Amino acid sequence: MLEVQGLTKVFGGLKAVDNASLEVGEGRIVALIGPNGAGKTTLFACIAGFLPVNAGQVRLLGQDITGLPVHQIARRGMVRTFQITQPFAKLSVHENIAVGAYQCHPDRREAWAHAERVAQQVGMGGMLDQPAADLTVAGRKRLELARTLAIGPKLLLLDEVMAGLNPSEIVEIVEIIQRIRAGGVTVLLIEHVMQAVMSLSEYIYVLSYGKIIASGAPREVVNDPAVIEAYLGRGAAAQMAPPTSGQAQEAAHA
Amino acid sequence: MNRATSSLPPPAGGHWALHLGLLAVAVVFPLVFPSPFMVNFGVLALFYAFIGQSWNIAGGFAGQLSFGHVVFFGAGAYASTILQLRFGFSPWLGLPASAVAGAVVGLVIGFLSFRAGLKGSYFALITLAFAEVLRIVANSVEITGGGLGMLIPAKAGAANFQFAERIGFYYLILALTAGSVAIAVWLKRSRFGAQLAAIRENEDAARALGIDVFTEKLKVMMLSGAICGIGGCFFAQYFLYIDPVIAFGVDKSVEMLLVSMIGGAGTVYGPLIGAVLLAAISDTARVLTNVQGLSLVLYGGLLVVIIAFLPNGLIDLFSRIGKRKRSKAGKEGA
Repeated sequence: MLEVQGLTKVFGGLKAVDNASLEVGEGRIVALIGPNGAGKTTLFACIAGFLPVNAGQVRLLGQDITGLPVHQIARRGMVRTFQITQPFAKLSVHENIAVGAYQCHPDRREAWAHAERVAQQVGMGGMLDQPAADLTVAGRKRLELARTLAIGPKLLLLDEVMAGLNPSEIVEIVEIIQRIRAGGVTVLLIEHVMQAVMSLSEYIYVLSYGKIIASGAPREVVNDPAVIEAYLGRGAAAQMAPPTSGQAQEAAHA
Repeated sequence: MNRATSSLPPPAGGHWALHLGLLAVAVVFPLVFPSPFMVNFGVLALFYAFIGQSWNIAGGFAGQLSFGHVVFFGAGAYASTILQLRFGFSPWLGLPASAVAGAVVGLVIGFLSFRAGLKGSYFALITLAFAEVLRIVANSVEITGGGLGMLIPAKAGAANFQFAERIGFYYLILALTAGSVAIAVWLKRSRFGAQLAAIRENEDAARALGIDVFTEKLKVMMLSGAICGIGGCFFAQYFLYIDPVIAFGVDKSVEMLLVSMIGGAGTVYGPLIGAVLLAAISDTARVLTNVQGLSLVLYGGLLVVIIAFLPNGLIDLFSRIGKRKRSKAGKEGA
């Protein structure tokens, strides 16, 4: 569904993303993890067309979409959420979601009805009339999700939708993401909450200093010495050897 | 409590009784108060409501705050007057011609400034600059009559766009204003309006949801420019005179913006409320004193008070009262 090849993004002298390649198969949930500042959000922004890339190619459904404007990429079915939520603050929850719904339902009545269905899907059915500005962090994260979901995407790029949520809210949003995938939407997510990454994703890419340093099934990746070192510093993997899977997981959690 | 300025009211919320009621009041007004003074008051109030609405569509609905909206007004005024005086076309043709002129200027200014990524106060300043440039151009080229302006010869007759009675102008501007209100209502309820609201609130998020921000902003500038251009044509025919300062001076820009903000930007009836107030204040000030521009001083003071206490405009007062009534009714019902 999504193929990224050799993507490079340079800011001045800094290679924020360095020759990164990844692949997301249809119907899967794939995670992109990495320490703070690794370039995950930059990579997302490049994939979704928010930033021009210096080199590399992004292919969606077999078609080259590198350098297309954001709205055209979104209309082709790949939509991102923002790590720092960007609600239409003065509009109500219903109106926020309706903006997305209008993309596939030009008729007003249908758009509003569709927005309501999506709101219920993410558990916001009771907050339709609230102004977006009054929502809690958890509410705003859900609204981001609902809005993007309303345009009927094929591939969702979720940028830390769980950051700042408490454990019970995380459990709820994990369920929502699983339901979204069950509905036929492919998901690529950036996440720091390892409990969620481990339970949700089938495949993980690890980004560090702009480079993909490891990839594989969740269990393999968290035991990879390169990954442990990326998170805990050089030599950490050796100190912890022989790593049991439990320790490594804790290490990645930290 | 829903404090959001609802840009997309729920499907059930039509306000047909309100629209028709206001229209009926406006139709009857000159029959109840037939004196030229009162009819003139009505014409000016509706005229300000009309051009205020044109500002409101770009500034209030789409968040493209312009400080030089007069540029469209002037383009319309000059386009229709030049067609009439220099090329001998019927002044009625001026109405569509001025709309086209306003839309083209909107397209050009929008294309240049949105392509360059100008937003917020930068956009406001560039529109002001465009208005000033056109004022200087109108002042120095021959076809506009230069600084002397253009005097439209008075030949009374409806075919000539000159009504013997002011009431003819009154009903013409009433029809135009009703049309502009209808466009605002449509914006509140349409996909286009929803996209504009999204662009106003957050361009990046709008883009992420598949909205072609650049094109939608161009469309709204053309729509707003066309309406404002028609306003210019009407003004020229009502006062039978335009010059560069009237057509492109900063006064009209400020009035459009004030009318809209005082009444309530981004609302359907905000500009109308603001315009009635502006016309009332300016007539009162003119009758009671001889001080030039006192009305704008009063109006500026009012703006300060309103920004401090009613940041969403005077219309907020009405919606608060309405809400209180509704919540009271709700309690009694429970």
